[in-house]
Amino acid sequence: MPVSPKQARTLKHRSWVAFLVLPPIVFMSLFVVYPILSAFAYAFYEWRGLARGEFIGLANFRDVLFGATMAPVVWNAFLNNVQALIALMIIQNGGGFLLAWLLYKEPFGFRFHRVAVFVPVVLSTIIVGFLWKLFLNPNFGLVNQALLSVGLGAFARPWLGDPSTALGALILANAWHFIGFPTLVYLAGMQRIPSEIIEAARLDGTSEWQLLKSIIWPLVAPSTTILFTLLFIGAFNWFEIPYVMAGLDGSPFGNTDVLGLVFYRTAFGNQSASIQNFGEGSALATLIFLFIVVFASMLTLWLRRREIQF
Amino acid sequence: MRELTMKLTRRMMMGVAMGGYLLSAGAAMAKTELTFWSWRQEDKAFYNEIIKKFQEKEPEISVKFETYAPENYQTILSTALAAGRGPDVIQARAYGNLETIAAPGYLLALDKQTVPELANFPEPALAAETLRSDGKVYAVPFATQTMLVIYNKKIFADAGVKPPQTWDELIALSAALKAKNVTPFANGTATAWQNETIVAALLSSMLGKQFEEDIASGKANFTDPRYVNALSKLKDISQYFAPNFIGVDYASSQQLFAAGRAAMFAGGSFEVANFKAQNPALDLGVFASPVAKPGDERLIARYYDGGYAVNAKSDKTDAALKFVRFLATPEYGTAFTNALKNLSPIKGIKIEDPLTQEVAKLADNSMSYLMLVRFRYQEPSGSVLLQSNVQKMLAGQQTPEQAAAEINKGIATYYKPFQK
Repeated sequence: MPVSPKQARTLKHRSWVAFLVLPPIVFMSLFVVYPILSAFAYAFYEWRGLARGEFIGLANFRDVLFGATMAPVVWNAFLNNVQALIALMIIQNGGGFLLAWLLYKEPFGFRFHRVAVFVPVVLSTIIVGFLWKLFLNPNFGLVNQALLSVGLGAFARPWLGDPSTALGALILANAWHFIGFPTLVYLAGMQRIPSEIIEAARLDGTSEWQLLKSIIWPLVAPSTTILFTLLFIGAFNWFEIPYVMAGLDGSPFGNTDVLGLVFYRTAFGNQSASIQNFGEGSALATLIFLFIVVFASMLTLWLRRREIQF
Repeated sequence: MRELTMKLTRRMMMGVAMGGYLLSAGAAMAKTELTFWSWRQEDKAFYNEIIKKFQEKEPEISVKFETYAPENYQTILSTALAAGRGPDVIQARAYGNLETIAAPGYLLALDKQTVPELANFPEPALAAETLRSDGKVYAVPFATQTMLVIYNKKIFADAGVKPPQTWDELIALSAALKAKNVTPFANGTATAWQNETIVAALLSSMLGKQFEEDIASGKANFTDPRYVNALSKLKDISQYFAPNFIGVDYASSQQLFAAGRAAMFAGGSFEVANFKAQNPALDLGVFASPVAKPGDERLIARYYDGGYAVNAKSDKTDAALKFVRFLATPEYGTAFTNALKNLSPIKGIKIEDPLTQEVAKLADNSMSYLMLVRFRYQEPSGSVLLQSNVQKMLAGQQTPEQAAAEINKGIATYYKPFQK
């Protein structure tokens, strides 16, 4: 059958699109989709080391969620993740919003501060973790030394060893590390707001607080959507800072344990304490993944609805 | 046409070159090359020396020593083995960690026929490398570790104190040191596994061999008064640990001791080589955990680190076995102990270093490093339970009775003798 010029053009166009789209699809399937699916499949088997044993259905999931050994550890870690989420939402995103507002008003030296606030974000998490571990050392760390030197020695404590302060210390270290990111995103959001709106509000004599609450906050909603969703995902995937600063065990006695650490310990074992269980590890990873996908999507949909077009 | 001829000629020339290359490689390949994996990057020079010595005996076999970071070693090794690859000779761990690679059949079982040198090892050393389900030995043990107290002789001499015999003497000497503004123990509890080493280093003599037997037979469990009492003694002595010890991690307590700023370190004999490397001027001594009353048996806690195994899927098992047999000789054990200051379990070795001699002497009277040797096969492992509950107890968040009860509850979920 002869091919018309038009058909030939479409064919050419299609093969061009296919040529562009295929490599990423292959790449994604190979390195993203396949591992996720195989982790999902692994969760249904019994494992001896890395040797796959019998198909055991949902037993691994049951052990992770309700088993006498795993469940208390998993739920304890989950609650720590929730605490981290709430605290970081307030400190990191809330603090970022306020910092962005300060920078938006272009105070003296704002160009310098705009860069300075973002510098920690660029540092490796490993470096930030070790840095804060040194700062928080109970005997020669900067934090306790500073408290002593200003006469607040009574507040000095072994931050990372004290069960009442350990998780908080990790959260603050994390906030210090990442606060530049929400600051910059909010700053960009604020700069996108047409200046007439803000000028009009000022002419009407709004207070600073009203301006912030009723004008700026609703108008940076797209930034909020992104930041809240990313923080939600980050808080439930939290691993590096707890791993570097508190160790694989969530020391002291589970007070800094988070789901990421539990997953790592379970799947790969902890050389100095436990053995590996790949099945339960995969089951936990699958559950974390599903939890994040479902709730992050719901959160995004809800946050999208409050965005305003202008 | 001319182009085609040229192409052909070029191909032929390449083929000849390739063939020549393969032939020459074949001549060199008359030698068998073994690969040998380990997590001991710091011992590389020693192992290359040993390989040279081995080759003097077996010139036909060469060995390539390769290392991976300790925290990833088990994962990399088991991934390679699961893929049907991996090295010919494997430095493996012991107990529960050995089982994760021995149980799926990745390792070659060793016996007195294939490795007659197994006779050079004491029974508990072989037990550490034995799979519980089939009773076969899968690796040649390489080191034994002991939990004891390492002390700074100079600080002791300056303060006019002597190593203690009894627990009361230990308390008195700690108080004397503290009165002189010396930190008695460098130890801290922020790193979870340090709690397990501290328990073994300080409490073994008070627990006693009989306690271990009773645990094994199910006559006693961890709520036994002997265990609870020992834990409460630990709570007493913890006032002499590093200042703010609940926030002091492993690296900081090592630093404290190596810098000569604390008198004692309760931990593993494996620390000695590291302390000496960091501060060669340190004059160190060791003593076993003190006894409750004079006349009781003094014990250290002991375990075996791991061993050298042969990959069951290797196509060079004969050569690999020859190498592993060499690693089981007293000649090797002597070299290992003297070069690495790490005690080899092989009988009849000659130890040069006086401190290692002392450790070896103390090791003659030992009980097991209990949780690793007996309860690190299932979850929650005895180690996980002990580490977190002692950490909690020493932070003042639970009593010794509660800590013991929690440990016991966890182990009883799978340990039959406790379920009666």
